[in-house]
Amino acid sequence: MRTGRRAFLKLGVVATASAACFPARIFAQGAAPRVVVVGGGFAGGSCARALRQEDPRIAVTLVEPNATFTACPFSNSVIGGLRELSAQQFTYDRVAADGIAIARTTATAVDAQARSVTLADGTRLPYARLVLAPGIDIRWGALPGYDEAAAARMPHAWRAGEQTLLLRRQLEAMPDGGLVVIAAPANPFRCPPGPYERASLIAHYLKAKKPRSKLIVLDAKDAFSKQRLFQAAWAELYPGLLEWVPLSKGGNVTSVDAATLELVTDFGRHKAAVANVIPPQKAGRIADAAGVADRTGWCPIDPATFESKLVPGIHVIGDAAIAGAMPKSAFAANSQAKTCAAAVARLVTGAAPSTPKLINTCYSLVAPDYGISVAGVYAPSGGQLAEVPGSGGVSPAEAPRSTRAAEAIFAEAWFRTITAEVFG
Amino acid sequence: MRSALAAAIGLASIAAAVAASAEPPAGAAACSGCHPASARVSSPVPRLAGLDRAAIAKAMQDFRSGQRPATVMDRIAKGFTDEEIQAIAAWYATQR
Repeated sequence: MRTGRRAFLKLGVVATASAACFPARIFAQGAAPRVVVVGGGFAGGSCARALRQEDPRIAVTLVEPNATFTACPFSNSVIGGLRELSAQQFTYDRVAADGIAIARTTATAVDAQARSVTLADGTRLPYARLVLAPGIDIRWGALPGYDEAAAARMPHAWRAGEQTLLLRRQLEAMPDGGLVVIAAPANPFRCPPGPYERASLIAHYLKAKKPRSKLIVLDAKDAFSKQRLFQAAWAELYPGLLEWVPLSKGGNVTSVDAATLELVTDFGRHKAAVANVIPPQKAGRIADAAGVADRTGWCPIDPATFESKLVPGIHVIGDAAIAGAMPKSAFAANSQAKTCAAAVARLVTGAAPSTPKLINTCYSLVAPDYGISVAGVYAPSGGQLAEVPGSGGVSPAEAPRSTRAAEAIFAEAWFRTITAEVFG
Repeated sequence: MRSALAAAIGLASIAAAVAASAEPPAGAAACSGCHPASARVSSPVPRLAGLDRAAIAKAMQDFRSGQRPATVMDRIAKGFTDEEIQAIAAWYATQR
């Protein structure tokens, strides 16, 4: 496997050298270079549209099996009964109206040397450059007892949609006094503050509707995103209701039993009324098929162009990428997509890509009127995306409730803005 | 028409033209994650396209120095140099 990949890399260098001339030829003949984007989420949708804006001569095909996209940000509000799933859903009508060809199917294989993507029906789509934005896949089996059947009893709700609604229905059906358990995974995973926002909004629901209930977060880590802000807010808003159990206090879940709704740790067993298991993850399946995922299951990339460090001509953006200091968030995915589109537009015309600067801003709701954020500015440094020194950080630890309320309003505005840019 | 022209002037000139076109400077494309690109989006966060160049630059500098209160822009402005701020301000001022 390793030798194969190394040999393949050598061939890849040759492919890059010849590919530099290839788009030039098609341009000279008046034909457009084709860029194929796989995955229509925040990363892929943004990239497809940004490519058309960068250079309308580029023909863009977006490969996406779903007719409707269901957004993960704010899906914790759906679980907490504060929002309907329909507010999370977007079609690709406006994307198509930009002149982007949409292949409503799955990409199953990539031939990096021939530069083509194979679709589920066997069609091969040739590309000058390929952008993979496959998001995450669950590592089924990584947590003993947690497979696809178990997810029907102990939802992960980490890809928004039916799973989101299932968890919400389970909470609604739970009697007052029940124990809700969230199992949070080790790093890295999609949306680092997500499990803690979810705990907050479930606690908000329980406090209002089922106040004798309790929520425990069993964590495979000893630290998490925005931790001090979350914990201060929990002490203020949900005292006695929400308990966080870190790795060092026995939080690591080592197996689950879907039949009995039990979660096993090194320190004991927890029998839940509702169990939300957020399992270990990896880059979406096509990353592996294309050979762009490494042994970690994620995809190493060049920090300026998002081109794979393993396979030339393929770029990886969004949650699937190893983006250094950038977290796996929708904002980061959108920022990466626009950077990648600019680089790809230059590369297909034979121009050198410029050095980018990227931003992430990520809001979490601790309650509907209580928002907190983390922000960062990133630039390539030492072959990775590194945080610009002195920039970024989380909301202030001491702040009036009016600041928290303002950040909750900014959070909702961010969702409207980014979804309008990607799908509107 | 456009492709015929492209064929005539050749690839090198196209690349030069692309490089010289109003491509967003480093960091500028990321702003529209929060600052709406479209006027149809309702948001308390202002659109940047077409704003006064000096006003954008001053806002960024004041966020960076802490002179202007902010929830998140103070943390973001600290990631940009004076030159980058000027380039971003100049670019947004020309956008519509």
